[in-house]
Amino acid sequence: MQIYRAHILVCGGTGCVSSNSEKIMNEFDTHLNKNNLQNEVKVVKTGCFGLCARGPVVVVYPEGCMYTMVKVEDVKEIVEEHLLKGRIVSRLLEGGQNTEEIATSLDGVEFFRKQLRIALRNCGVINPEVIEEYIAFDGYKALAKVLTEMTPEQVIDTVKKSGLRGRGGGGFPSGLKWEFTAKANDDQKYVCCNADEGDPGAFMDRSVLEGDPHSIIEAMAIAGYAVGSNQGFIYIRAEYPIAVKRLNIAIEQAKEYGLLGKNIFGTDFSFDLEIRLGAGAFVCGEETALMTSIEGKRGEPRPRPPFPAIKGLWNKPTLLNNVETYANIPQIINKGAEWFSSIGTEKSKGTKVFAVGGNINNTGLVEVPMGTTLREVVYDIGGGIPNGKKFKAAQTGGPSGGCIPASNIDVAIDYDSLIQLGSMMGSGGLIVMDEDTCMVDIAKFFLEFTVDESCGKCPPCRIGTKRMLEILQKITEGKGSEEDITKLEILAKNIKASALCGLGQTAPNPVLSTLKYFRDEYLAHVNDRKCPAGVCKSMTQYVISPERCKSCGLCSKACPVGCISGEKKVPYVIDKDKCIKCGACMEKCPFKAIFKNA
Amino acid sequence: MSTNNCCCGCADEKKEKLQQIIEKYKSTKGALIPVLHEAQGIYGYLPMHVQKIISEGLNVPLTEIYGVVTFYTQFSLEPKGKYNIQLCLGTACYVKGSGIILDKLKEKLGIEVGKCTDDGLFSLEACRCIGACGLAPVMMINEDVYGRLSPDDIEDILEKYRKE
Repeated sequence: MQIYRAHILVCGGTGCVSSNSEKIMNEFDTHLNKNNLQNEVKVVKTGCFGLCARGPVVVVYPEGCMYTMVKVEDVKEIVEEHLLKGRIVSRLLEGGQNTEEIATSLDGVEFFRKQLRIALRNCGVINPEVIEEYIAFDGYKALAKVLTEMTPEQVIDTVKKSGLRGRGGGGFPSGLKWEFTAKANDDQKYVCCNADEGDPGAFMDRSVLEGDPHSIIEAMAIAGYAVGSNQGFIYIRAEYPIAVKRLNIAIEQAKEYGLLGKNIFGTDFSFDLEIRLGAGAFVCGEETALMTSIEGKRGEPRPRPPFPAIKGLWNKPTLLNNVETYANIPQIINKGAEWFSSIGTEKSKGTKVFAVGGNINNTGLVEVPMGTTLREVVYDIGGGIPNGKKFKAAQTGGPSGGCIPASNIDVAIDYDSLIQLGSMMGSGGLIVMDEDTCMVDIAKFFLEFTVDESCGKCPPCRIGTKRMLEILQKITEGKGSEEDITKLEILAKNIKASALCGLGQTAPNPVLSTLKYFRDEYLAHVNDRKCPAGVCKSMTQYVISPERCKSCGLCSKACPVGCISGEKKVPYVIDKDKCIKCGACMEKCPFKAIFKNA
Repeated sequence: MSTNNCCCGCADEKKEKLQQIIEKYKSTKGALIPVLHEAQGIYGYLPMHVQKIISEGLNVPLTEIYGVVTFYTQFSLEPKGKYNIQLCLGTACYVKGSGIILDKLKEKLGIEVGKCTDDGLFSLEACRCIGACGLAPVMMINEDVYGRLSPDDIEDILEKYRKE
């Protein structure tokens, strides 16, 4: 085997590929060859490092220095300075690292300091397209241990003792699910993986599949052994082409090595995996709808019970977990249930991956122990809010969740604390909003999503959410009344009580939670006809401050409808009747003299 | 028979490919969705005559196929433009102003969401999260991803494709 003195890890996740990381990889190859370093330095394409906002990300080992926002033109300098002469290119280093302190890991980077990576352990570390690299990092060791040293009951017991709960949203204890499926009596059972990550703003499952696909294959085989199934299905969004490709490669490699297929590790246990692509329906993330979709039908949910553990795919007992849940399994088997349950809070064990986005400096993926506070995630890891704005709220749980207001920023995040606040963990999307966000508009945004994605099977969801959206539209257009707010609340309660599936039952949550914490904003919309954040167009007015205006006339030139008039030495004025509220004038004003007046 | 026969024989070629796909999946359980995916890969969309071939090949009623095609947003009954623009309206992008980008796209292209320009060059779709939230707001034109968009970028990006 070839020994290299240095490794260049280039992120090959969707975020970094979009910002040109593949070209950067080619450029590295070119320059390494030019300097005759191709036998000393190896370029590795890895999964996501998590710091997507600062991509493309390049990490050079053995030093462990992290270069961010690398451009193709920077590659030559990294090769000639760092790799040839040993001088670190400090202008590209990620903040928080300094050249004297660089250690052999990424711990020096602020973004990673408070993180603990279990599900993401291999993301950004190995090349996901090479099975040997996974094996070198203890890959398939857990499967070997399970098949040769443990009974199915012992496996289930370990998962139960670990305290692992479903990472897809509900937080149901995974070990119990495994036990129910194992106890179901049938000649055919199935193991499914939910990779239909539909919550807008959540992309941790995609990153695991892109960065460490073998961990899912290994975990599903372990699950197959535990519940007595020989066939698994991974249901994945078609919107994730890179993940699908790497998963296909990984399955082929696993088959070649005898880690999938007949008589794995020479035992009686056989297990096969198939990939099924989704086709763009949010509701298919719901477990019964997902299975209906695998069957090749319209992905409509069906009533439970019977639960999938009794009657699932093709009416056979089926175990369904999501990607992040599976990603924890090999580590739990290798390191033991006690190790896992020592991390986290009393009722939520282990870590959780969050996709942090919105108005925050370090957009990206973070994995933290359960019980980490929202403040730590937003400020210590996320780097705070850009442009000196104030933190207003964080939205978790996607269209099924709710908002955590600034007053609760010190909450220790786990399944139960979020539910207490009227939100939920969901799959882990965490959208940060600053003072310029209108909460009524956000509630409307989520309702638009639900109305669009409602499968239409049950009337409370199909008709009820539509009526709620109409009321919200009325309010944001400045035509609402207090009575409308009461109507919203009644509708919300009834939909929660009567919708068929989890998605319908949780659809009113964004409205209820914004009403709970930001009722004054709703009231300002209906009583004063004002949008305090200045988002809702019909209630916004642009005004020029006469004190600040220097009469340069740039605003008047920028205005597409010619509604700004003025002359030299006299402050300009906007004709409010003609103004279309496009905001072009505000952007152009060099003196910041134009304001949005709510 | 379909009326859009082309004299170069490509219609037959496509049909033959479709038959091969149907043959490949015939014995697979729940084969309909994979077949529709691949069929759309060949034709670009799923017109009625393609659905009929699949119906006969897989022995699934046409009504059921139509039901599935219209249920999932990725399947299209309409042809798409040579360049299909998908603007992300996921939460992260929305918070970062993708609504304004959408208005700009509609204005520049002169079409609504779900439609195709008269010259067949561009079609416009609003999509849900493509998982590149770190680059919000984001759009995809065919396979190319454009991130950190501002309304002023739109004209230049469209122009690049018009020239190609």
